[in-house]
Amino acid sequence: MIYWQIFVANFMANFLGYGGGPASIPLLEHEVVDRYKWFTVHEFSEMVALGNALPGPIATKLAGFVGYQQGGILGAIVGLFATIAPSIILLIILLGILLKFKESPKVKNMTKLVRPAIAVLLGVMTIDFFSSSYEGIGILHTIFLGGASLLLLEKWKVSPVYVICGALVYGAIFLG
Amino acid sequence: MKQMDIFIAFFRSGMLGYGGGLSAIPLMHREVVETYKWMDDEEFSDILALANTLPGPINTKMSGYIGWRIGGFLGMLTALAATVLPTVILMIILLTVLHAYNDKPWVRGMSKAVVPIAGVMLGVLTWDFIKKSKNSMGWISTLIVIGISIVVINILGLHPAIMIVGLLVAALFSKQEEKEKQVKAS
Repeated sequence: MIYWQIFVANFMANFLGYGGGPASIPLLEHEVVDRYKWFTVHEFSEMVALGNALPGPIATKLAGFVGYQQGGILGAIVGLFATIAPSIILLIILLGILLKFKESPKVKNMTKLVRPAIAVLLGVMTIDFFSSSYEGIGILHTIFLGGASLLLLEKWKVSPVYVICGALVYGAIFLG
Repeated sequence: MKQMDIFIAFFRSGMLGYGGGLSAIPLMHREVVETYKWMDDEEFSDILALANTLPGPINTKMSGYIGWRIGGFLGMLTALAATVLPTVILMIILLTVLHAYNDKPWVRGMSKAVVPIAGVMLGVLTWDFIKKSKNSMGWISTLIVIGISIVVINILGLHPAIMIVGLLVAALFSKQEEKEKQVKAS
């Protein structure tokens, strides 16, 4: 049963996540936090932060960890399979057909139209994360960490590895 | 030997691709087109364009398909394992260790401190998606779809799947949009 749920959660999130790995993050949150209640918003945000500090595709890191947490090694395998297999099978099967229609505006429209909806899902999750942070560590720490990481990541293009490591040190010293 | 090459190519592009998703694509391009010369630039771009129209994570679609194309079914498995496994294992170890020491206040502090960072990362992604939408279909359509999505998902509380499937169907059947696009293109 749990393996079936792990499969469904990851399959839904990734099959609907148009726009690559990051688009699946809010959909996965919807499944594992809202629907199955396996994680709290706080736990999920921790996964996203650490997942972003590690290299490699984000969707499979989350799928593997969610699966492992809920169903051990087999759960991790099920989560990864649900994330990866359906879209690859589709790609291999449809390649011939897709090649013919790749310039079709309808096909291009699909990704385009879904984008704003994904933006809304991401936006809502952003708000969730900040309010979870506000409840956990208060407004001042949240603003400081949020502002500092925004500048470091976006303005000075510091690698997420260092930003997350910095946050871990800050947390160990000031929030312990 | 070939399987080893496939493994190395996708291991390198996966491990060096920070930020997930599209950041690994140029690295993959370098391995597949330049280092190992498995396919030419045009074929790679074609696969990328097609893979983009399908759902699911882009890295695994690309590595799985390219692995299949150059090394058969085994090549696909090799490429996927190289892309996915190293980082998943790292992730599991890291979070398991963190949770094992969750009774220590300083570890709890660490886990609390990363939450706003995750918020910033998602906020940036949100803005990326809005910007891309604006560039491809203008502010008005973007805001309309955003407005509808907020109503459907957050106010009516429907599953996001309903919204996304609805938009996909709309994209397939909207003749008007198609004409507009053609006018713009010409």
